[in-house]
Order: sequence, then C-alpha cells, then structure tokens
Amino acid sequence: MSQPLIRLEHGCVSFAGQPALEDVSLELQQGEIVTLVGPNGSGKTTLVRVLLGLLPLDSGTLWRTPRLRIGYMPQKLAVHATLPLTVKRFLQLVPGVKAAEIKTALQETGALKVYHSPLQRISGGELQRVLLARALLRKPQLLVLDEPVQGVDVNGQLELYNLIGRLRERYGCGVLMVSHDLHLVMRATDRVLCLNRHLCCSGQPEQVSHHPAFVALFGDQAARDLAVYHHAHDHQHDLHGCVLDDSKPHDHGPDCTHA
Amino acid sequence: MPEFLLYALLSGLALALVAGPLGAFVVWRRMAYFGDTLSHSALFGVAIGLLLDVQPALAVVISSLLLALLLVTLQQRQPLASDTVLGILAHSTLSLGLVTLSFMESVRVDLMGYLFGDLLSVTGSDLIGILAGSMLVLLGLLWLWRPLLAMTVDEELARVEGVPVAGLRLALMLLMALVIGVAMKIVGVLLITSLLIIPAATAQRHARSPEQMVLIATLLGMAAVCAGLAMSWHLDTPAGPSIVVCAAAWFVCSLLWPVRR
Repeated sequence: MSQPLIRLEHGCVSFAGQPALEDVSLELQQGEIVTLVGPNGSGKTTLVRVLLGLLPLDSGTLWRTPRLRIGYMPQKLAVHATLPLTVKRFLQLVPGVKAAEIKTALQETGALKVYHSPLQRISGGELQRVLLARALLRKPQLLVLDEPVQGVDVNGQLELYNLIGRLRERYGCGVLMVSHDLHLVMRATDRVLCLNRHLCCSGQPEQVSHHPAFVALFGDQAARDLAVYHHAHDHQHDLHGCVLDDSKPHDHGPDCTHA
Repeated sequence: MPEFLLYALLSGLALALVAGPLGAFVVWRRMAYFGDTLSHSALFGVAIGLLLDVQPALAVVISSLLLALLLVTLQQRQPLASDTVLGILAHSTLSLGLVTLSFMESVRVDLMGYLFGDLLSVTGSDLIGILAGSMLVLLGLLWLWRPLLAMTVDEELARVEGVPVAGLRLALMLLMALVIGVAMKIVGVLLITSLLIIPAATAQRHARSPEQMVLIATLLGMAAVCAGLAMSWHLDTPAGPSIVVCAAAWFVCSLLWPVRR
C-alpha cells in the first residue's frame, strides 16, 4: 500500500484524568473516504482535532505527510457578529485564490446564490456548503469534514455525499468524515471506523454494520436497518430492562487492541 | 495656528490613523476589557520608568507587554472567568501605580496629565516619538493584515490552514502595547480604549467589509480629534476628554442613521 497521508499509532488523550481516546491507531490513504461513527461523547471530535494537529497527544505518535494540505470543514464557524464579512470576502482569505475559482467552488457546492451575502446572515445548510467550498479552494490532499451535512435537508444531504464522492475522484484527495447519521454515510464511504473512545471495529460498511461491536454500540435495530439512531450502548440489560453493572461493557472486534 | 496646537493636531491624527485598524480588531475579537487592563497598568509602568530613569513611553510599552503575557498565562492556568481576572489586574495595577507614584517625593508628577492626557503640551520630540510609534504599528498591521483577519474569523480553521496563531496573538499584544505607549500622552491611560473602540463600533453598523469598517473608523477618529481640539480651543475644555466626547457624539448620531444593507 502507498504511503499514507496520516498515520496515528497508539494515540491516547485524556481530559482532566478522564480518558477521551484510548490506544487509537489508524491510517488515512490518498483517495479513500473514511467515515468516523460513534455515539455522543465517543471522542470523534477529539480524534479529528488530534489528526488536524489542534490537540496534542498524551501518548502515542502522529505522523503526517510533510506539508500536508488539509481542507478542513469545521462543525460551525465562530464569526463574531461585528465582523462585516461577505461570503466572497471570507473565501478570499484563502491565500492566492482568484475570484473565478471562488465562483466555481461555490457553484460546485451549490451555494453560488449567497456569494454577496454577509456570512452571519446565511442559513446553517448554506454555511456548510460555503465551508466545503472553502476547504476545496485549498486544493486539499486531505479533506476533513466534521458533521458535513448538519443542518442540510435530506435531499441536500444525499447531494452533498454524492458531491464529496465526486470531489474525491476529481482531486484524488483522501476524505475523513465524522457523522452521526449512519444510513446515508454508509453508502458514500469506503471504510468505516467505529469509535467509542477506542476503535471498536473498522472495515467496509457492509462488514461493519454486521459486526458484533457495531451492533452493541448502535443497537440491533439500528444495525439492521442502518437508520438514524444513536445510542451509547456500552452496557447490557437483563430481561427486565435493568442495566447490569457487572456485565462486560461490550463486545470487541478483531481490530480492538484494548483490554 | 500656534505651534503647540499644530503638534497636538498632528499627534492626535497619527493616533487616529492606527486606532482605526487596531480598534477594529479590538471590537471583533472582544478585547475591549483586555485593552482597558493594559492601559490602566500603564501608570505603574510610568512609576517604574521614573524609578529606573527610563523614558516613560518606553517603560509603558514594556510593562504593558509583560502584563499581557502575564494575563495570557493566568487565563490558561486558573478557573476564574477572564473578565474577573482582567478586572482584578486593571484596578490593582492602576492602584499600584498611584501608590508607587505617591512614594516618590523627589519627583513631581502631573497625575491628571497621565490619567486623562495632556495633548496641548506635546513637544516636538514627543511628536517625533508619537509619529514613529504610530508608523511602526501601522506597518505591522498592514504586514499582518490577512493572517490577523483569518485568525479573527476562526482560530481553529486558521491553525489548520497553517496560520501561526500563537505568534499573531503575541504580535497583536505588542501592537496594543505600542499604541498605549503612543496614546498615553494624548488621551491618558483611562481613556485610551475609548479611542480604539468608539470609532470602530460606530463604523461597524454601516460597513460592508472589514476594510471599509477600518477606513470609516479611521476617518471618524480623525474627525473626532479635529473637533475635540476645536472644542478644547474655543470652550477651554480638556483636550483628551473633548476628543472622546466627540467620538461618542458620532456614535450616538450613527444610531439615528438608518442602516442600508
């Protein structure tokens, strides 16, 4: 296999003594779409921040291709209301970008109509598209998308996932996506990483969705029909539905390295 | 025009020229209270400068910079909200400055001048210092304009894109410290932030781009300097506060002006 874009080995991070990531190892390859799924609080955002170089590791090693160009699409943008900034001007902040390129990128992500709008006045879905356009303008080797379809309507979601697939073809970039939404994501992705502080399982969507660790994490029903369903199932129940304290936390996959 | 008035006008205009762009960043990044804290500490810097026989403006720049670094470390190390930390430091450094000055019986200090400015007593050599300081800040802001703006839009995004955010923050503090050194003679330590934020806040409602906001703020600041000096000349009011009153008057007028967007 070719040189990966990013390699993380045995990465651990904890916040105030609470482990957020435990012994996570992964590689991201060029031209591959990888999706990170997991319940709330499973450390998805923490892992992304580590890979982006925003958060130092407590232990483990992170290797990135030298001068790796990352197009990052954050979950939200914290632009203060007092900063008068149009979408056009916001995209011009990318170094060395031309007006024609900006229009093309916005056209591609379906947000050309907000070209002259103030950044604070556009809707959540439009902002997602603008942020994706911005990530593209960086001519990325790796596209990192944190909940890319948040606030986008269902038709738009499908469209966005298709677009991400096309962009991968065109730019040959690797894509790392974070998602809550299993159903749509599974169709658009090459490899799924299932995270619950450690990597529970990983593989192609088909395999993963039948994996016992995935089923334990997301629930049987969710795994069966891959519906939008997230539930931190890190415990077991007895016949009455009461939580069993002493039960094994969950099943482990073959990729699982922790005790 | 008498010479002292010309000196006052030129130094006021030089300050307005840098207060426009820097003030915009203070408003966008919500650093108003931070600026206040730094400028309040300037009096302590003056006292130390007099003790060590260092030029007061230089002592102020150095002490503000040291305080800025202390603030950043304190904000990361302890759980108090940052406005609380700023409040503690602003008032304790101001009081510390006043107490230190009162111990120095050998030096007679014009306290009112330091607190509210003494624009009409600006000398030729003061003017050269003010012009040099302003030009330095202006060049720094021009040079760092794009990365500073990128950092202001979103720090994490900027960091991922390779903008050296930590260095830029430090640079912004250095520029702030320089402006405080420049502005102390003009409006005094208690009023410095008002010249930074009032024109920028006035411009904000009507500007359509960051650059437009800076331009409008700079022009408003310059107009406030001219009007304030005229007011001081005709009505015999203190120059620094008169400039601030004029800037505040523009702000009130701008609220009555309908926003076209």
